[in-house]
Amino acid sequence: MSKTFRLSGYGRVDRSRPVTFLFDGKPVKGYAGDTVASALLADGRHLMGRSFKYHRPRGPVSAGSDEPNALIGVGEGARHTPNLRATQVEVHEGLVAISQNRLPSLRFDVGIVNTLASPFLPAGFYYKTFMWPHGFWDKVYEPLIRRASGLGKAPTAPDPDEYGLHYAHCDVLVAGAGPAGLAAALAAGKTGVRVILCDENPEFGGALLSDSHSLIDGVAAAQWVARTVAELEKLPNVQLLTRCSAFNYGPHNMVALNQRLTDHLASAPVGMPRERIWQVRAKEVVLAAGSLERPLVFEGNDRPGILLASAARTYLQRYGVLCGRKAVVMTADDAAYRVAIEMAEAGLKIVAVADLRANPDSAVVAEARARGIKVLPSTTIQRAHGHYRVGAVELAPVSADGAVGKGRTVSCDLVLMSGGFTPSLHLHCQARGALTYDDKLGVYLPGDSVEHVRSAGSCRGVYALDAVLRDGAEAGLNAAGGEGDLPVWTVTRQDQPGEGGFAGALPRRGPGHLALAFVDFQNDVTAKDVKLAVREGFQSIEHVKRYTTTGMATDQGKSSNVNALAIVSKTLQRAPQKVGLTTYRPPYTPVTFGAFASHARGDQFDPLRLAPADGWARAHGAVFEDVGLWRRARYFPRAGEDMLAAVTRECRMVRKTAGIFDASTLGKIEVVGPDAAEFMNRFYINGWTKLGVGKCRYGLVCRDNGFVYDDGVVGRVAKDRFHVTTTTGGAAGVLNMMEDYLQTEWADLDVWLTSITEEWGVIALQGPKAREILAPLVDGLDISAEAMPHMFLKEGTIGGIPMRLFRVSFTGELGYEINVPSGRMREVWDRVWAAGQPHGLTPYGTESMHVLRAEKGYLIVGQETDGTATPGDVGCGWAISKIKPDFIGKKALALPALNAPDRLQMVGVLTDDPHYVLEEGMQLVAAPQMQAPASADGHITSSYFSPALNRSIAIAMVKGGRSRMGATLYAPRLDAAAVRVTLVDPVFYDPEGARVNG
Amino acid sequence: MLLIECPYCGPRAEIEFSYGGEAHIDRPGPEVSEEEWASFLYLRENTKGVLAERWRHAHGCGRFFNALRDTRTDEFKAFYEMGEKRPDAEKKEGEGA
Repeated sequence: MSKTFRLSGYGRVDRSRPVTFLFDGKPVKGYAGDTVASALLADGRHLMGRSFKYHRPRGPVSAGSDEPNALIGVGEGARHTPNLRATQVEVHEGLVAISQNRLPSLRFDVGIVNTLASPFLPAGFYYKTFMWPHGFWDKVYEPLIRRASGLGKAPTAPDPDEYGLHYAHCDVLVAGAGPAGLAAALAAGKTGVRVILCDENPEFGGALLSDSHSLIDGVAAAQWVARTVAELEKLPNVQLLTRCSAFNYGPHNMVALNQRLTDHLASAPVGMPRERIWQVRAKEVVLAAGSLERPLVFEGNDRPGILLASAARTYLQRYGVLCGRKAVVMTADDAAYRVAIEMAEAGLKIVAVADLRANPDSAVVAEARARGIKVLPSTTIQRAHGHYRVGAVELAPVSADGAVGKGRTVSCDLVLMSGGFTPSLHLHCQARGALTYDDKLGVYLPGDSVEHVRSAGSCRGVYALDAVLRDGAEAGLNAAGGEGDLPVWTVTRQDQPGEGGFAGALPRRGPGHLALAFVDFQNDVTAKDVKLAVREGFQSIEHVKRYTTTGMATDQGKSSNVNALAIVSKTLQRAPQKVGLTTYRPPYTPVTFGAFASHARGDQFDPLRLAPADGWARAHGAVFEDVGLWRRARYFPRAGEDMLAAVTRECRMVRKTAGIFDASTLGKIEVVGPDAAEFMNRFYINGWTKLGVGKCRYGLVCRDNGFVYDDGVVGRVAKDRFHVTTTTGGAAGVLNMMEDYLQTEWADLDVWLTSITEEWGVIALQGPKAREILAPLVDGLDISAEAMPHMFLKEGTIGGIPMRLFRVSFTGELGYEINVPSGRMREVWDRVWAAGQPHGLTPYGTESMHVLRAEKGYLIVGQETDGTATPGDVGCGWAISKIKPDFIGKKALALPALNAPDRLQMVGVLTDDPHYVLEEGMQLVAAPQMQAPASADGHITSSYFSPALNRSIAIAMVKGGRSRMGATLYAPRLDAAAVRVTLVDPVFYDPEGARVNG
Repeated sequence: MLLIECPYCGPRAEIEFSYGGEAHIDRPGPEVSEEEWASFLYLRENTKGVLAERWRHAHGCGRFFNALRDTRTDEFKAFYEMGEKRPDAEKKEGEGA
């Protein structure tokens, strides 16, 4: 049977380049230019897949991106891509394709039992059935259902291909290169503006490539296409993109295109990305998306061998493939007659053209009759027979009132159906365009949009070729500004679009309770499912969609939306325009995840911020953690140490001798100017006027709602210069907030703000030996206890390198933060490290930093606070200036609710068992056993094992906590008895602060 | 992605900007009543239609500015500097970005 369906003299495939590919492991022959679908059809094979829910045998119904049935997996291993449309996948030597959703094989599939069970699988079946017993859904039902239904399998290995991302600007973007799009691009391009023309197909021309009837300027349509494309190629201001789908229309004319670059090649050039996303900002967009032929809804309409009439024409005219031997044409409009005529000419036997209409009488109908094609008006298909292939249909008469009489069954191996054409509105709707219902055409058409967009050609219901070309040219010229010559073409032969078209379920005899007449092929939704949903009370089209899943498959309801709408409209006896359409969402066609991810994966996923001592930490075996975008050393384990052992050692060494820590990630902002102190006064809750030059102060920032936003030590470098530090995560937010108030509220202030986070590297040197280690290094600067007490700041040099030296501590020990230019910090670090060796200087990481500060009861904003804590709640009420006339948060902090005695307040928590470390986030309640629902008295915010105390410690936020010292609370656990805890002061270690002032 | 016209740098993509909420909200002093303060903190117009709003060219010049945007369509009617009076939206109808 091989190749018997391929006709010589037809098609655009390259017969000089035969191609062999594998389908389900067996070689299939085709030609360059074939799709998997056309090559299989040339072999007489329609069966290409199994349906989603019922496992029905399925073949292609279309010849393009609207294909709901013929979904295949392509490629092997990590390069396998599931759910591609066989009607679009171009063949090349060595291509490997498989059918999907079948077990064990395409012809023998055990899942077909679902079809036998179909009377018991109505709309909403899963919602209704798998509700009980509780817990069965996750473990039993879902895995079973997932195995029995669904699409292809995603590969599990990482995608080895590269994907590109490209930003582009143009004056006119034309989406779709059929007759309207080509005309628009040429009209716009000739004016000299920048034009991008894209089309999802490998060749420009759209429907014209399948049109052997129309003549433009005296030449065949396909020849006109070649001529026009050649003309476009000569224009340097026009960019032509084939295999490139416009799939998303974003605000302000930002349109995303997906260009497929290598999948059609047997071997891709090295370095070429597989796909590329184009983000195109267009001044104007012309949508020339075309229209899609609608399937007809009748019993058995999904049998392989039942295709859209236009698809069969495409297989004949583009691929030289006849889809069968003996066909019945079922139509409700005129277009199918042209297909019947051409197919008959090519050797197909047309049993009859059954027309739903009573009096089809246009020129093309007359031409068909004159050529001896039998036309049966007022006829419907009651039912199609067959399993792997349609074998016969019952043609039945329809009376004027819609009653269907007894018909006769005729044998055939092909049914060509046409319900008329649905304009493709997807991109127009994504552009937030309105829709208007056209009664005459029975479809929705694009209305006004807020974007600079216009539709042209059949996507706005203009069907006659001469009108389409004119419409496209006008749209293109107007989009380009309207100045220039309008290209004019003369269509010397064409079919006039007739009246007609049909939406909904074809009339049938009998109620059809058991009939499977498919509306949405891909999701296996039938006409009776849609009717049932309406009967069960789902009246909104959006609800019907979700309940039945019609239109929710990867084809986005391209072929099903209008039929579903018509069925709902008829069942509700409500006009279609009152029912409305469901929302069209991007993408127009599925886009590979890899294309979306583009370069943003692996190391490129996010920027990585490295602290200046990162290399040193790596060399010293640090274990790292991510803190925002920063990579920070968490701890430095020695051989055999786990985290607890390493942290315990690091903490003990800091308290005993000294530790060194890379604190460069601290946010740093310089506040400079004559009004710097006044700015600080207004911004922080603290007072700054009296802070002397060379001194530091702990500062707290609130929002105007009175809640803590950020904190950090601030040093006054000069009268008009403050060196502000923020939390690592809060740096950008604090600067933004500072700029906000400075620019919008306090325009009277003469102040500049500069982010200096990256400029200054910070070495924290902490511990009783810190001064001894540092003193010899600072080029004669006096850092004695007398000359430089705690919270003092000095400028100087360290080995000749400029330095801002802060005597500050986040450990509770004598300590310094050595600020040096970050590019030179590593030199300084190495010097400090060497000088510290005789003293036992130890590197410590963020984990020890957390433990050391918790031992001292220092809060971490974002850990103890959650955006609802006031400074008073966290024990910092002392910081609030009483004398400033205003500052951010002042008004709110005076509100009674923010001073209520039962607010959550920061306290220390000790467990009875000193070895038990509480979980952060644990709730604290009043009794060991509480009757649910019980409310909590508070929760644990920080919890560690404290090496200094040799026991567990925790910090908590507890209602009225500060007045409940010594009280007992309980931390409930899921799997064990509640833990008894006692509330204590949160300063666990050295409460008098002798060490920090040492 | 919105196309936003920074008064200082010109039209740039939305990713360069951070949003600053409704514009022309005067921050009162601490002497106002609690009700007035709560209204300053929490009450916004939630306009369906032309909204005056703040943007900051965070990944550009860093400046705050105001814009008039139709919240139904995302169409910008005007961009203007901090401290300027809100322009008349109707005059610019149909001109936005």
